[in-house]
Amino acid sequence: MAVITLRELTKVYPGGVRALDGLDLEIADGEFFALLGPSGCGKTTLLRTVAGLETATAGTVRIGERDVTRLPPGDRDVGMVFQDYALFPHMSVTDNIAYPLRIKKTGKAERHAAAAGVAAELGLDGLLGRRPAELSGGQQQRVALARAMAARPQVFLLDEPLSNLDARLRLEARTFLKKLQRELGVTTVFVTHDQAEALAMADRIAVMEDGRIRQIGTAAEVFRRPANLFVASFIGSTPMNLVDARVRGEEIEAAGTLVPLPAEARGLVTDGQEVVYGVRPDYLDYSATAAGGAFHGRVVIVENLGSTSLVTLDVGGVLLHALVGEGSEPEPDERGWAVPRPGRVLLYRDGDLLDGNDVTVAA
Amino acid sequence: MTVRETLGRIGVAVFLSAVLGFFALPLLWLAFAPFDAEPELSASLPDFTLHNFRVLMDNPYALASLRNSVLLAAGTAALVVTCAALAAYALSRVRIPGRDVLLYVLLLLSSIITGTAAMVPIFLLAFNLNLIDSHLGVILVLTGGLLPAAIFVLKDFTDSTPTSYEEAARVFGASPLQTLRHVVVPVIRPGIATITVWTVAMVWGDFLMPFLLLRDPGKAPASVIMYTFYTEGGQPDLALISTFSLLYSLPVVGMYLFVSRRYGFRFHGGIKR
Repeated sequence: MAVITLRELTKVYPGGVRALDGLDLEIADGEFFALLGPSGCGKTTLLRTVAGLETATAGTVRIGERDVTRLPPGDRDVGMVFQDYALFPHMSVTDNIAYPLRIKKTGKAERHAAAAGVAAELGLDGLLGRRPAELSGGQQQRVALARAMAARPQVFLLDEPLSNLDARLRLEARTFLKKLQRELGVTTVFVTHDQAEALAMADRIAVMEDGRIRQIGTAAEVFRRPANLFVASFIGSTPMNLVDARVRGEEIEAAGTLVPLPAEARGLVTDGQEVVYGVRPDYLDYSATAAGGAFHGRVVIVENLGSTSLVTLDVGGVLLHALVGEGSEPEPDERGWAVPRPGRVLLYRDGDLLDGNDVTVAA
Repeated sequence: MTVRETLGRIGVAVFLSAVLGFFALPLLWLAFAPFDAEPELSASLPDFTLHNFRVLMDNPYALASLRNSVLLAAGTAALVVTCAALAAYALSRVRIPGRDVLLYVLLLLSSIITGTAAMVPIFLLAFNLNLIDSHLGVILVLTGGLLPAAIFVLKDFTDSTPTSYEEAARVFGASPLQTLRHVVVPVIRPGIATITVWTVAMVWGDFLMPFLLLRDPGKAPASVIMYTFYTEGGQPDLALISTFSLLYSLPVVGMYLFVSRRYGFRFHGGIKR
């Protein structure tokens, strides 16, 4: 159980690619932490640097009390689950799980007993004699987890733990992983490119872009108050509406409509300033009758998302998305109003969130 | 069916029979001649006898030469497989500029090392190193000749193994040699089996190097000893040669069957996912 502290961490690959750029990060003891970002943002490099599979070009990695920056992976007391699980194909499940103990020179009987114990915790009993190729994807993942747990490391590192599972299994595994992490209470860092996965599982999320962290926060913080336009457009299964706007006194002009200025932005903007008006489709209420302070436009398309529908409104040439509940879906070509929910509208200036209390870190 | 098609079929059948006969006759000879009281250069149903084997046992060099062959083959195979596995692993995982060129040049040169062209220099080298008339000398020269091709094949096998296996071993604290032993070697085992069989077969059949480097007939391998089986009249001693050929070929056939059953000669390195 340990805190992970990264200071000024930089990784430059031969050839000059700067995968990590002076990164500071502190992951609390027992935390379930997600590194989220599009591919190539450096999240996997960060995880591998913590594991010791990549050597930092500059900066330090501390796990607990120890500076492990220059230690080989085996001395860092971490357990890792790889994206492809990397189960040794020639070993049985028992031997796979017991492998870390074999390296630690634990006796055969003892390590097999330990492996059986961990396997039982993860519901793998009955599969101990099998080879990895004879297991389903979900089982393979649990064997990989069991192997990472076997030596009782201080830290778990999971590289895209769910990406190799099919969609249905993924939800199951998500719940399973979160439950397991809570029970074990071990500091766990996982990498994902799927924002829904990060929101669902992590205690805190670091959103990364180009080797930098753009925001760190809880799922609620990152979802409700994205610190900048990158995070705003990356988080959320339906992309946030981001509209170029201009401040007009106590109001704001976006998509040719005058809407009220959000309360918390008052005093931070001056008349005539250019901003970006952001509101999630989840927080735009569709109304078929006229409403004040609302965007008025023509329904272009209605997409069924199951329990909700995504309505696209054409507001003076700007397309706005709104989520509509079951039963109240409009027909295409109808005229309608989209009412922004108070307290859920965000203003961005120069790419960063306008926010009275600067709780978020913009690196 | 037209006449033309019929003729075509007959033609194909005749051609295939001829090719088959071409390959089958020497094998038939090998199967029958050793048991023939009067072996000739043609395959015929034998006048059954085991007398030829008695003659072979009485020859002072015959059995010893098979032992020598085993020694040379085993020594070379051990050396080739060990060195090739280490080299292939390193070449596959470490980026060296000009790696592929290096491999191809080695491959090209290797055919010269054990070939006739380098006969004299190799003899002189062995002479100066006091390796004439020693099995070690032959093993070293043969290893040098076979190693590049072995590295080439094994590197292909290691290339197709995902690096995440090794990274997993590293994260759990395995040293590079442990990683090689516990993970890489078992995963590329089919490749290693292939290389072993290939090396043994190459050494088993090699004539030039042992002929060149070994003086004492007591140290000569089977391939060289066979060359000495002549009657006093200078005629090939077919009774001895046929019997010895049979004994000489059995181990290779046995090895092939064993490895083929065990590994099936499946040329796959990593695990499909």
